[in-house]
Amino acid sequence: MGKSMLKRSKVIVQEADFDMTESIRWLREGLPEVGAVASFIGTVRDVNDNSTVSAMTLEHYPGMTEKSLESIIKVASERFEIVSALIIHRVGPLLPQDQIVLAACTSEHRQQAFLACEFIMDYLKTEAPFWKKEDTDKGSKWVSARDSDDSAKIRWDAPMATPGKNQ
Amino acid sequence: MNISVRFFASLKEQMGTDRLKVDTDFEPRTVGGLRAFLCAHNGAFSAAVQHVGRLRAAVNQDMAEDDTPIPSVAEVAFFPPVTGG
Repeated sequence: MGKSMLKRSKVIVQEADFDMTESIRWLREGLPEVGAVASFIGTVRDVNDNSTVSAMTLEHYPGMTEKSLESIIKVASERFEIVSALIIHRVGPLLPQDQIVLAACTSEHRQQAFLACEFIMDYLKTEAPFWKKEDTDKGSKWVSARDSDDSAKIRWDAPMATPGKNQ
Repeated sequence: MNISVRFFASLKEQMGTDRLKVDTDFEPRTVGGLRAFLCAHNGAFSAAVQHVGRLRAAVNQDMAEDDTPIPSVAEVAFFPPVTGG
């Protein structure tokens, strides 16, 4: 693990929608060394496992959720040269096409921000205590965890999985 | 012993409650030990676990494994694999 160069980070868990432009402004403000901003937004799909999804509810574990997201940013900042990081995750009722999650990072050059964003999402998918329940044409059901999410996280364990680290 | 046990998502629905207290000692005093204790002494938990399948756990709001120790005063949560993001 390298030394973190993180200067600013925040996690937000809220029912309300979020604004990308405002989020990026917060990430960059007063940090002239930043030359790259990378971000990921996850959105609600209207189909899952061959069912039509009309709505979804996101449950979470208040307290642990924030703690786990802060921990994910900390690990990312020790592994990648990111200058600022932000995670916003919505909870409660959501509709198809709604924004669910934002992960955004800044760095001096693009690669570290890209990598950190993907790393944060892969860890969030398997370690942060959120659960989705979908209303579908076949009734209401809890979403099953995907094995592909576990393998997406595990690939970061490989020693060569951090290309571009300047050390 | 003063363990506050919490349930989330499908496990909470199956249990019909989101929490219970454990003040009896159990061995081993780990996540796996507590789950086995609850399965043996709480019919609702035992039935819910069979229905939900694989469970994960947290001790004092940190992700835990079967062999994670549980302090004598703790919050332990059981839940299905997470599906956020």
